[in-house]
Amino acid sequence: MNINWFKYSSPQTFYPLAGKMIPWFAWLAAILAIAGLYISFAIAPTDFQQGEAYRIIFVHVPAAWMSMVIYIVMACWAGIGLALNARLSAMMAQALAPTGAVFTLIALVTGSLWGKPMWGTWWVWDARLTSELILLFLYLGFIALQASIDDPRKADRAGALLALVGAVNVPIIYFSVKWWSTLHQGSSINMGAAPKMAATMLLGMLIMALAFWMYTIAVALMRVRCIMLERERSADWVKELSLKSASRGKA
Amino acid sequence: MALKARHKRFVLIGIGLALIGLAAMLILNAFQSNMVFFYTPTQVEKGEVPKDTGFRIGGLVLENSLKRQDDGLTVHFVITDTAKTVPVIYKGVLPDLFKEGKGVVAQGKVGADGIFMASEVLAKHDENYMPPEAAEALKRAKEQGKTLVMPTT
Repeated sequence: MNINWFKYSSPQTFYPLAGKMIPWFAWLAAILAIAGLYISFAIAPTDFQQGEAYRIIFVHVPAAWMSMVIYIVMACWAGIGLALNARLSAMMAQALAPTGAVFTLIALVTGSLWGKPMWGTWWVWDARLTSELILLFLYLGFIALQASIDDPRKADRAGALLALVGAVNVPIIYFSVKWWSTLHQGSSINMGAAPKMAATMLLGMLIMALAFWMYTIAVALMRVRCIMLERERSADWVKELSLKSASRGKA
Repeated sequence: MALKARHKRFVLIGIGLALIGLAAMLILNAFQSNMVFFYTPTQVEKGEVPKDTGFRIGGLVLENSLKRQDDGLTVHFVITDTAKTVPVIYKGVLPDLFKEGKGVVAQGKVGADGIFMASEVLAKHDENYMPPEAAEALKRAKEQGKTLVMPTT
């Protein structure tokens, strides 16, 4: 079977495809989130050191993962858009940024709520916390920069440069707990080593991470559809689409 | 060989990223000493810590070193990195996870008598999560001298 992938690289053909994919990802996100929360709060055992308070990990760690993964994906889309001058790639990058910023904020806030009872402080300027805060500023900077330039093509290029330069921060966040002494503990899950947490805890965390993935895809597709309509509003396919929906509305 | 314009742009982006990565590495390397959140007792011993200003010491609370004064608020304990030790005095509320044998980070100054006067004490916990029964089993196995996969730091 030979699928022509480039067919979907134009907004006109991607718009209906994205519309069809959204419900699937949204339902998957909802089901996985319910399953993940049930495992996290009802099945996973109490922790030997932190008691019940450790359960915030089931939101904190997946959100922190997503904050980094989304940034990398966003930077890749932005880079492809810059190199190929591809409209849709740049739109994908733009669509991902707000979700990435939200997950970064969630990671920071849940981390702070967790830090107070366990470490004894809401916030410290150690390498992990500081670099994650910088990530939030990078997301906000990307969003603000794109919004401040009227010409969408110029906005894409400027945003892409910022996204690519900022990508250097992601490995810094990830390895900060290895490279420097930090208050934040090391990672419980490492490549090529046994996870340092009980199996059910790990399962809950991974399912929550999957749920966040599905949510991210669903929301990014919704957002990219809006961006497509807005940017291509003078194109024929958008006019046709609005005529069709107008006539449907009358019927 | 002539490159297509878009291939050229990919190469340029690649080179740009590599240069930024290199620059970041050099900068972080230069700031290495400022990036550490705390110093170890060994570094304190060697005098690698800032003089006259406050800094943080991190390590483990030495077993059987925790003593409370009669006022109920002032505590004495010893921080160790298993090589060297630093005695600490702290007046205030300790975090829940503060325990002998567990991680701790204290902020303060070294007094003339060599005792670290802490103004803030934070608990540093490790990355292991397990039910109490598993922790108990690990402890028993350790006492019997068996080696197990879970490392405790």
